[in-house]
Amino acid sequence: MILTGLFDVMTRLIRVPEDGGATFWMPPQGSTIAGEVDWLFNFILGISVVFFVLIVAVMMVFVVKYRRREGRETASPSPSNNTLLEITWMAISIMLVVIIFFFGFKSYLNISTPPANAYEIQVAGQKWDWSFTYPNGYVDQDLHVPADRPVELVMTSVDVIHSFYVPAFRVKMDVVPGRFTKTWFEATMPGEYDIFCAEYCGTGHSDMSAMVIVHTSGEFGPWLEKASNFLLTMTPEEGGRKLYEIRGCQQCHSVDGGPRTGPTFFKMFGKEETLADGSIITVDEAYIRESVLEPNAKVVAGFEPVMPTYQGRLRDDEIAALTAYMRSLDGKMGEE
Amino acid sequence: MAEMHSTDHNPDLAPHFETIDQQRQSSRLGMWLFLVAEILFFGGLFCVYVIYRVNQPEVFTFGHQFLDKNLGTLNTLVLICSSLTMAWAVRAAQLRQRMILTLMLVLSFLLAGTFLGVQYVEYSHQRQNALLVASQLAPDADIPAEVQPEEAISASVEGAPDEAPLEAPMVEAVDPGVSMIAPAAAGPAGLATAADRLAAQAERDLVNVDPAGAKTFFSIYFLMAGLHGFQVLLGMIAMLWLLKLTFQGAFDGGHSIKVGNTALYWHVAVVIWIYMFLLMYLID
Amino acid sequence: MAEGHSAVVTPMSEGASGDNYLTTGKGVLSWLFTLDHKRISVMYMVAILSSFLFGGMFALLVRTEMLTPGATIMTADTFNKMFTLHGVVMIFLFIIPGIPAALGNFVLPLMLGAKDVALPRLNLLGFWCWLTGATVCMVSIVVGAVDTGWTFYAPYSTTTGTAVVSMTLGALILGFSSILTGLNFIVTIHTMRPEGMTWFKMPLFVWSLYSTAIIQVLATPVLGITLLLLIAERTLGVGIFDPALGGDPVLYQHFFWFYSHPAVYIMILPAMGIISELVSVFSGKHIFGYKFIAWSSVAIAVFSFLGWGHHMFTSGQSPLVNVIFSALVFGVAIPSSLMVFNWLATMYKGAISLAAPMLYVLAFLFLFSIGGLTGLFLGALSTNIHLHDTYFAVAHFHYLMFGGTVIAFLGGIHYWWPKMFGRMYSEFWARISAALIFVGFNLTFFTLFVMGSHGMPRRYYNYLEVFKPYQQASTVGSYLLGLGFMIMAYYLAQSLLKGEKAPENPWGGASLEWETASPPISRNFEHEMIGLDPYDINALELSSDSGSYIRKDPSSILLTQAGGE
Repeated sequence: MILTGLFDVMTRLIRVPEDGGATFWMPPQGSTIAGEVDWLFNFILGISVVFFVLIVAVMMVFVVKYRRREGRETASPSPSNNTLLEITWMAISIMLVVIIFFFGFKSYLNISTPPANAYEIQVAGQKWDWSFTYPNGYVDQDLHVPADRPVELVMTSVDVIHSFYVPAFRVKMDVVPGRFTKTWFEATMPGEYDIFCAEYCGTGHSDMSAMVIVHTSGEFGPWLEKASNFLLTMTPEEGGRKLYEIRGCQQCHSVDGGPRTGPTFFKMFGKEETLADGSIITVDEAYIRESVLEPNAKVVAGFEPVMPTYQGRLRDDEIAALTAYMRSLDGKMGEE
Repeated sequence: MAEMHSTDHNPDLAPHFETIDQQRQSSRLGMWLFLVAEILFFGGLFCVYVIYRVNQPEVFTFGHQFLDKNLGTLNTLVLICSSLTMAWAVRAAQLRQRMILTLMLVLSFLLAGTFLGVQYVEYSHQRQNALLVASQLAPDADIPAEVQPEEAISASVEGAPDEAPLEAPMVEAVDPGVSMIAPAAAGPAGLATAADRLAAQAERDLVNVDPAGAKTFFSIYFLMAGLHGFQVLLGMIAMLWLLKLTFQGAFDGGHSIKVGNTALYWHVAVVIWIYMFLLMYLID
Repeated sequence: MAEGHSAVVTPMSEGASGDNYLTTGKGVLSWLFTLDHKRISVMYMVAILSSFLFGGMFALLVRTEMLTPGATIMTADTFNKMFTLHGVVMIFLFIIPGIPAALGNFVLPLMLGAKDVALPRLNLLGFWCWLTGATVCMVSIVVGAVDTGWTFYAPYSTTTGTAVVSMTLGALILGFSSILTGLNFIVTIHTMRPEGMTWFKMPLFVWSLYSTAIIQVLATPVLGITLLLLIAERTLGVGIFDPALGGDPVLYQHFFWFYSHPAVYIMILPAMGIISELVSVFSGKHIFGYKFIAWSSVAIAVFSFLGWGHHMFTSGQSPLVNVIFSALVFGVAIPSSLMVFNWLATMYKGAISLAAPMLYVLAFLFLFSIGGLTGLFLGALSTNIHLHDTYFAVAHFHYLMFGGTVIAFLGGIHYWWPKMFGRMYSEFWARISAALIFVGFNLTFFTLFVMGSHGMPRRYYNYLEVFKPYQQASTVGSYLLGLGFMIMAYYLAQSLLKGEKAPENPWGGASLEWETASPPISRNFEHEMIGLDPYDINALELSSDSGSYIRKDPSSILLTQAGGE
């Protein structure tokens, strides 16, 4: 009676809703592999519950039945070993474990092998945010992906180890400095899902989250188009600032006058600079344009010629926006 | 022996043992287990070595030419001799030959001291080499405190204060107090000469060696040599302790387990060095 | 040999009236420099339980902070230090030395009928290493603590501004303490067994300590070198683990888990040994499947060395390596499940007493089953990917380490308490406390399973609003746990002060430690013992006038011409 009751509770706990929504144990299923993982989870859960109930029930029955009490001061004679029983129990355990391993292995093959036609997005983790770079160079703080298309993430970290984790997709992979790790998924349902950092990384670890926004396959292309061309919807200064942030300028150029690898952009526009060869130039549109496309032609004295060229990587309108942004850093707008 | 305290008590027998044989077995097994743990300790370092060697073989062929094979061979011979004298010491203890035991312990101690002395010379070479390599490969490299001269000296000097004459002339030219952080060109004259020689030697390899990798080679070398040096130092302390016991007549009864255990420890230290010699010096 | 054999009939009576190990020396120094394994064990017990108190306080602070998302009582940085300290203190100071050093040290020589461990000086040195290591850790806490998590993962640990060097140095020294204990036990078991005690007549607790000791000696040096490399990296800039210096952070994980995976078996194996002892004694019955349990503990020790990579399925190591480790790590499930089977079978047709130690056995079986079975989820590859580094893994670990090891440790303390201190404790309060701990524990940690499988990552200061009810239930559970332990501290302290005098053998155990006085005399036994079957419970009967179990044939256990065959 108790057993059937428990069985009832158990089946309710491991019930999987038809629509892939959240269960008592699992978050909603948002990717193609989630169903497989959940199936294995429920399979192991079933085995575990059966064994757990068995162990505890046997234990309770023994405690009640064989309790030391008046008339039962000593144990009844019973054998203290039975090799056949031990071997049987061992065989059952081995069998179950092998089955579990096999299913884990089978679904893992799917998880670890990205399809050849996957859409590739670069992921960078750093304390304490994510950035996602699309094939066209556009960078976003959230991960936008199309539904029903495999997406492969190529990930690295700029500081310590992070871990990219989307519970709804059942996907997790460490993001390691000095290495590239890969993972992939195929989202099934448009919607928004949480991204967590699962590897402890310091103060902001628990706030190192972002969203995966799954677009229907028709919407993704237009979204990327629109997002990449943010210059059309922003003022040149704002657009330039975004470019400064996402295209790598800020790694070497500060906007507050602080020293970095390259000259600061703060109050740079219109300033007279001495070059490495001793000549003096004025920083204007032409010089900025030249320095973006041919960075090491005219290097300001005191700096190494180390900047890579942006020829073919920044369009004219983008350079113009960047110039507008630099121009705005005149110390008067209180932007910093 | 039904009672816990027997009256005919052997002075060498600790009160919690029943027989001297049991005591000897315990002590020998304990030493073996300790050595197993110690070998595993070094095993971790050897593991690091293997992994980096497999990943970056060029770094190791590049790095090892900065190690002095002659000094390494000399040291290997010194240690093998000391192993021999320690084995002889065990024999002497078993045969209750107090004079020979004393002599062998003193000899082992001196050989161990010689080893540390040679190591010190070698170590100060490497300190500069690591520095030179790093400064050539990466002009702005942040040279860490590992090449600070003072601590290396204080680490090895107490083991063998009398080994200064063995120092190579090149090393003498360098004032240990001078900051090693500066690039080679800015260093004192002696350093610059050394730089020229080594620069020529290393030039052909420079192209394909990653500076961080070269640093790793020296990191592993310093750690291994340092830890092994510490082990040798402990061995020397144990030898002094045995000498003291010998003077007190502790081994006159032929109860030689302490000598035996120290010898065992020493042989393992020697074997670890031989492996280091093979892996770091004789790479080709 | 010279003394007459007539005094032999009641061997314990002499010690009970005269001196015992607690009273033979006076003053702090007689304790700090003692070579008596029993005194060293008592010192370990005090030290380890103090660490448990510390670690527990850190845990309660962490749980309190988790009452609400975001800041509740502390900042994120403080929180990070709190869970790190909880981990470091509980793992390195409490649970690794725990059962072997505190209980094993006391019981092992007694179970072997020996006067001491084989190498008493090393034993004392081990304790001093523990003290030194603990002091260094405390200094580290005072000068700013650590915020790396107890795993010290590089390159976070090589770059963070907190006191990593002193903390890892402390852990390194504690490692030596652990090696010395293990080494000593192996030697003791090899050379100090009494006549008649063949390997398969050793109590199973001794088997478990032997298996544990093998792991301690073989795995701990690797932790030592790992921490040393970490220290070298931080102080000397040696580039082994930090990619910025040319190192490889995944290598650190391999090194770390090569020790720390076996280390979890250092923690659980002695607990299994205690359960084997207790379940037999409190079922009034011979242990079932002795040889299978003995071999299982050795098998677990062997498997423990093959599973380290299963902590790294998401680390970026190759999928092939992951598959191999997944297959290997399941190996440990077989001997563990075999043990559970044998413990249950021991209860069959027994005369089960529900004294406090047995309550802990029942709790252990319940909690260890959950802990073990949830290991299957983490061993299987695809579910591991989802559950790794979430609360699910935290809950699994705590069900085994707390629900397993700590519960068994408590069972062991309650079982051997009368032998150690010669006093009984309040059975009533012991039951109340056990019940509170059981309920509190499940409330604290079962909720973590649910949050974890829903994707709540571990070591999170802030969390999603949906988890709030679970988090709060868990915190309430942890307070119940704390209350349970306070009650325990109260009745154990009371027992020490004015507890009823304990008889020599209050439970009816047949192993040799019950053949001496409670508390034992300094040299342990009045007479030399022989090794009989340690689970021959029927050789004993309850003597109604002394309240103690006594041998039906008292001379059978003595090594004499008459009784020694």
